[in-house]
Amino acid sequence: MAIMLTRHHKILVQGMTGNQGQFHTRQMRAYGSNVVGGISPGKGGTEVEGVPVFNSVRDAVRETGADASIVFVPAAFAKDAAFEALENGIRLLVMIPEHVPVQDSIAIVTRAEDLGATVIGPNTFGIISPGEGTKMGIMPNHIYKPGPVGVVARSGTLSYEIAFALTNAGLGQTTVLGMGGDPVVGQTFISVLHHFKSDPDTRAVVMVGEIGGRAEEEASLYLKELGKPVVAYLAGRASPPGKRMGHAGAIIERGVGTLDSKEKALTAAGARVVTMPWEVADAVREALR
Amino acid sequence: MKLYEYLAKEVLGKAGVPIPPGRVVDTPAEAKEAVAAIGPAALKAQVLVGGRGKAGGIKFAATPEEAPAVASQILGMDLKGYTVERLYAEAKLDIERELYVSVTTDRGAKRPFVMASSEGGVEIEDVDDAAIVRRHVDPRVGVLPYFGKEMAYDLGLDGTLAREFGALVEKLYGVYQEYDAELVEINPLAVAGGHLVAADARLNVDDSALYRHKGLPRVDEGTPIELKVRDLGLAFVELDGDIAIMANGAGMAMATLDAVQHFGGRPKNFLDAGGGASVEPTAEALGVLVSMNPRVIFVNIFGGITRCDDVAKAILQVRETRGIPVPLVVRLVGTNEQAGVELLAKAGISAYSEMAVAAKEAVRLAEEGR
Repeated sequence: MAIMLTRHHKILVQGMTGNQGQFHTRQMRAYGSNVVGGISPGKGGTEVEGVPVFNSVRDAVRETGADASIVFVPAAFAKDAAFEALENGIRLLVMIPEHVPVQDSIAIVTRAEDLGATVIGPNTFGIISPGEGTKMGIMPNHIYKPGPVGVVARSGTLSYEIAFALTNAGLGQTTVLGMGGDPVVGQTFISVLHHFKSDPDTRAVVMVGEIGGRAEEEASLYLKELGKPVVAYLAGRASPPGKRMGHAGAIIERGVGTLDSKEKALTAAGARVVTMPWEVADAVREALR
Repeated sequence: MKLYEYLAKEVLGKAGVPIPPGRVVDTPAEAKEAVAAIGPAALKAQVLVGGRGKAGGIKFAATPEEAPAVASQILGMDLKGYTVERLYAEAKLDIERELYVSVTTDRGAKRPFVMASSEGGVEIEDVDDAAIVRRHVDPRVGVLPYFGKEMAYDLGLDGTLAREFGALVEKLYGVYQEYDAELVEINPLAVAGGHLVAADARLNVDDSALYRHKGLPRVDEGTPIELKVRDLGLAFVELDGDIAIMANGAGMAMATLDAVQHFGGRPKNFLDAGGGASVEPTAEALGVLVSMNPRVIFVNIFGGITRCDDVAKAILQVRETRGIPVPLVVRLVGTNEQAGVELLAKAGISAYSEMAVAAKEAVRLAEEGR
């Protein structure tokens, strides 16, 4: 089992003919993702990587019955792409672009809520469900394997580091999901944990958090209801306040978003918070015992 | 991007927010002219930090004659690390009371958020929760005058002030939307002569949205080297340690800083070389680290989309073209790891596979060099 993304999803790639879109279409298909079409205005009727290209999401949905889409367009066009997908019936939307204006993200997630659609990102590496053999994202294919651990992260490469360590320790994953590094994104820790709660195959959850915002503090309130062991690693112990650490959302502002506050909240709620990324796998193994 | 007070007030004034008469002052002579024109005035340092008053960055000049001397006390002074290069002369207000109002984004709720307080003039974090009124905005509906008026009633305001407050919140929300603001804040929001007026203002604009605000002046914030590296399109923060650090991805870069600190070392910087950077940008980033004269350079790469052989090539390129005169610790795993490690080995550089071991070694070498 997995959360949110299964092998049954029919996936579109918006911006498939660009460099990134093309490369990751190939990677996704190699992993097993059911990519049924790509969108590139003016290039309808052609093929990329053996996948048909359509001029619009409307055409693609009509022809293929797609219900999911991954967006690779430049940030300035992300809002348009997202709305095009949502208004044409796409109900699982993964937004890869970084530097999407926050007001655009607010508009996207608000519309998605109204439609009952799921948005992952923006500024995310996506979602991968190893047991289902499918992914929508830019993560490397070889570092995951099926197993009982759910992973939810705010950061890409750091989650790769941790997922690979889990895999090497024999601890596979149900689903690994990137919330995205922006201040406003479609998923919260709580919304993802809620999915992990209802997935019987997920027996433990790893949270990869970082400084900035209150997402970890808010998540701590849900841990009791989750009822499964949680191991958390939080990045940014050595980061000074007031500085944006790469991610638009990774900033301690006016005393909010400190690592200390997150660590305290999660620990008090029963999570095992480890200090260094290489301690995660052992902590998960203990939690599963 | 943070705007200086005078720029924020220019934007707010245009939007119809009541602001006191004021003008920009760059020299003591201009201070005299300004006070002659607007009367008794506050001379306010234009720097991007709060708490200017307490730090001596705001002083009053009652007459044009005393204005130059007051201005020269502030111009050129160091205010919490910023040199004061410009003042804003603003008509002195007879303040009856001070309030607070701001529009920002609540990350967790994914909604615009209005916050107001009956106690202004201090940082909002220091205000007693009971004095604060908070309200989310439904972005589909926006803000109409009733919205702020209700908040005003909750603050204990009535009559003219409640009506003015309602109109004010509507305008502030308009600025928040039109300028892609992260924060629009008026603190203190003064009551003077029975009316609301913005005594101080902050306007921070979402960096990701700057492309659609070409008319706004650009305010660069950062050390010289931070500005230089950001021009290359890389996320960079200067710190005060001696171990220069490069990693791929923001989270990995933060975690690398944490690991160095964990073993007792001091990071000299934060540098995210990007989640999928190729040879050239990686070499450029590494070149920056060399130019900072660190004791040690620590490169920590988990190759996902980034290919380890590209990173190895970048390292070798920098070594050949400009030289790397300090110890280099490389941790390299993931995509094309074997090829990358072999390239480095041929050049006499051994790469680590464990992040912990590599971080420890970087710290040891830095201590040795001290």
